[in-house]
Amino acid sequence: MNMPFYVAPEQMMKDRADYARKGIARGRAMVAAQYVDGILLVAENPSNTLRKISEIYDRIAFAGVGKYNEFDQLRRFGVRNADVKGYAYSRDDVEARSLANDYAQILGQTFTHELKPLEVEILVAEVGATSSDDQLFHILYDGTLVDETGTSVLGGDAEAIAERLSRTWSADLPLERALSVAVAALTGPDRQLTADDFEVAVLSRGNGRRCFARLDDERVAALMSS
Amino acid sequence: MKVPLFGPDHDPGSSFTELLRTVGVDPFAAVEGAPRVDLAPHATTVLALRFRDGVVMAGDRRATMGHRISNREMEKVVPADRHSGVAISGTAGVAMEMIKLFQLQLEHYEKLDGRPISLEGKANQLSQMVKSNLGAAMQGLAVVPIFAGYDPLRRTGRLWDFDVTGGRYEEREFVATGSGGGPASTVLKVGYRPNLSADEAVVLACRALFEAADVDAATGGPDVLRGIYPVVAAIDADGWRRIDDEPLRDVFARLADEQRASREVPS
Repeated sequence: MNMPFYVAPEQMMKDRADYARKGIARGRAMVAAQYVDGILLVAENPSNTLRKISEIYDRIAFAGVGKYNEFDQLRRFGVRNADVKGYAYSRDDVEARSLANDYAQILGQTFTHELKPLEVEILVAEVGATSSDDQLFHILYDGTLVDETGTSVLGGDAEAIAERLSRTWSADLPLERALSVAVAALTGPDRQLTADDFEVAVLSRGNGRRCFARLDDERVAALMSS
Repeated sequence: MKVPLFGPDHDPGSSFTELLRTVGVDPFAAVEGAPRVDLAPHATTVLALRFRDGVVMAGDRRATMGHRISNREMEKVVPADRHSGVAISGTAGVAMEMIKLFQLQLEHYEKLDGRPISLEGKANQLSQMVKSNLGAAMQGLAVVPIFAGYDPLRRTGRLWDFDVTGGRYEEREFVATGSGGGPASTVLKVGYRPNLSADEAVVLACRALFEAADVDAATGGPDVLRGIYPVVAAIDADGWRRIDDEPLRDVFARLADEQRASREVPS
């Protein structure tokens, strides 16, 4: 009979965390920030079809960075649960907090019990009736759930991006200013990026029942140049 | 009701009704051994017609239970999504549930797949829902919808009617169903021309409802006393647009004047 090697639990968790962090750092980052009408979501994403940001429900959006197939599976989970809950109860009963909790459970469970942690970091954003009701839940690869205010940065190089963002961002910026601030924070001082390199969406209080809207490259280019 | 995280082998895909079945809800299951019932409220004349840039849909607001008016403000014509609408005649409760499911189905698919279903695909989805309801339809709880919308691929309005078996028939000009569907169809047939403008199509739809309400007890006419008017909506490239009560009030006032004038004996 083979005896398995003993690995200290501390070491095992550290190895898993390192593995997940490396996977996430390979991908490009994304930023969520409040602006005057709601929440702006900007991801560096050259693909026009494989989305990092998407709609979950009337007032809720999802964003993921890291391994696409893994966060997309989580996104589908979110859409399904939100739709079933809205069907069984009421559209008003679907909220970001309980979904964020579910995600934290899944990620935490996978991190401690599965062979491989999920190499993702996700964000659940909900736009409220006023800006003080807006919510940003940032969930890490190990299930750590952080309730953030104002802005949230996901992915590799997050610290540097958050630092740049904090210098220029404020909650009452109009859309075009908020976008240029987010884009500048993601781009950094040493690179040149165009509208095609970004995926942009908003959760806007003024959009009617479904607050989520994507901004296409043309619109993004127009906003960036204004 | 909690949906699990599906592995690739058990994923129910983009269908909302399939998803509901995984959590043990089958919305159209017939009740075993139940006798034919005639207890549920019924809803009546709905119609749709094509005009130059799209389709106009309309429906009266009355729901009846036997000889009793059970609701005066029912909305039997509702948007299915931005570019399509659905109108329902038949058993009100089942119809409302079907509309709710259909709207959810379209939105669910759009969110999961990242793009809306084609207009024809939507009609096909609705036909499958009507077919799932066949068991209940045999027990007297039938639902017969009309589906209409603007097809962005073909750049035209299109409309379909259905039978209780889920049969789906695309119509070129107009369709009217429900207990007042007969007289409404006749009015549409007499008044229909290709390339109607939106306003002309709205007037024709109102005229058809007016005549249907005149002969069918289960169809409500314009309720001037309470200020309740039929639901009339136009769908074109810009999407669903409900016609406000104020212009409808004027249309019905003109139709009433016309009727009065036609009854006057020349002296």
